[in-house]
Amino acid sequence: MAEPDIDLRAQVVVVGAGPAGLAAAHAAAAAGLDVLLLDAAPQAGGQIWRARQGVAAPSVADALARLAGAGGRMLAGVRVTMVLPQRVLLVDGPQGARRVHWERLVLATGARERLLPLPGWTLPGVFGAGGLQALVKGGWPIRGRRVLVAGTGPLLLAAAATLRAEGAHLVGLAEDAGHASLARFAGTLARHPRKAWQALRLGVALAGVPLLRGWRIEAIEGAGRVERVVLVGEDGRRRALACDAVAAGWGLVPQTELAQALDCALAERFGGTAIAVDAAQRSSVAGVFAAGECTGIAGAQAARLQGAIAGNAAASDLGAACVAAPALRAQLAREHAFAAALAATFPLPRDWADRLRDDTLVCRCEDVPWSALRGQPDLRAAKLATRCGMGHCQGRLCHDTLAAVMHWPRLPQRAPLAPTPLATLLAALQDPPDTPSNEELPT
Amino acid sequence: MTTSVMVTITVDGRVLDVRPGTLVAAAVELAAPGRGARVSPGGTRRQPLCGMGVCGECRVTVDGRPHRLGCQLACMPGMEIRTDG
Repeated sequence: MAEPDIDLRAQVVVVGAGPAGLAAAHAAAAAGLDVLLLDAAPQAGGQIWRARQGVAAPSVADALARLAGAGGRMLAGVRVTMVLPQRVLLVDGPQGARRVHWERLVLATGARERLLPLPGWTLPGVFGAGGLQALVKGGWPIRGRRVLVAGTGPLLLAAAATLRAEGAHLVGLAEDAGHASLARFAGTLARHPRKAWQALRLGVALAGVPLLRGWRIEAIEGAGRVERVVLVGEDGRRRALACDAVAAGWGLVPQTELAQALDCALAERFGGTAIAVDAAQRSSVAGVFAAGECTGIAGAQAARLQGAIAGNAAASDLGAACVAAPALRAQLAREHAFAAALAATFPLPRDWADRLRDDTLVCRCEDVPWSALRGQPDLRAAKLATRCGMGHCQGRLCHDTLAAVMHWPRLPQRAPLAPTPLATLLAALQDPPDTPSNEELPT
Repeated sequence: MTTSVMVTITVDGRVLDVRPGTLVAAAVELAAPGRGARVSPGGTRRQPLCGMGVCGECRVTVDGRPHRLGCQLACMPGMEIRTDG
């Protein structure tokens, strides 16, 4: 294969090929613009429309066909690693480095699961709830294994349904939120028939699974791998459940790292820190739009609507005739009302520090225990003293945790955004254009 | 479901046939259930946590390239995966 040019150009570049990114790319391409859609995963779909054993979900195949039909391009398996001057992103992938030149940029970087430290959470057999769901769709063997699903939020139901459909034996679904807040939420569901229907379908799929409302994990135990979980109830009672795996998550966290590297302002939205946008999905930085979960956790339908609004707005910025947005915005307002209710029902548990023990590893990359962190004054000091946040995840897990548990301000985003081969960083310095293509360098 | 041709790979030298679209992380589990992939600085084996390329607990060496994310990579014919660095 010939070595392609290191420089790629498009009028509209969309980062993230989930529901928001696919909708944004399609809207801009349909308006006649040259569109390039990027994603870190090998296939489009994002987390919610994830392929099962390499076979794309029907909604993704459909969206990709419509994008291709409108002349849009997709580049999968590439990560944005750095923001370069003059509207250029440095990306890294299997074919090496590329510099992606944009006129308008749509950030659709989605969300990640909130994964919180607990005694025993580093044992093999402990996964995020969405995390195990994703792995199982990629062929992780789960048939016949005993799984406890735990944490908070509606994602647990979806993850549990997938695991059960793939043959897992669900020993329980422990929801942090207690009876009172779940009862209030039932009232909200009644006002959103479409969501109520989704909830009902999941309820049927999970019939017979013990639903433990107001129960939370106290400790995960086992010799070298998960063998049992100790749960504690709202009234302080304890119970132990034998299992082979734990799938636990506490909602979602908007992924704002790239937005921060671009200097986009952030705002608190639906229980998380998200990219601040106006009604046209414009960020605080000229030419940069954002859509979907990275602007606040509101679900796939909101993401699609926001993506379409952002794609249209980016296109109209560049002079293309554009679809009217008011109808989309009215639908979006409904989705956001539901998102606000969700955030109120399934908040981040406030007492997390009480759930940690001295030897609980808060930073999994560098094995930093809670005892080394809790006396620190802020994140910067914690990082310098303990290496917490200096490993592979770059603080995406442990700094999220510490920001929430200790109420420490987040540190500014540093480049590169992901661990990056030196050859890729050197590509950023290569003179454009007309220089010979670089060889595939060892990393 | 069509019966697709299996993909042959090796995990730490052991030959394994997996279904097309199987993640490298899943192949590691199929080869040695429960053993894990990455070894933490404290010396304990870890298994993938996030499943979406954030935590890095699934890192393995693939065809000689270290620190590849097993949860973001599908098995390809002839792939050599190592969990021992």
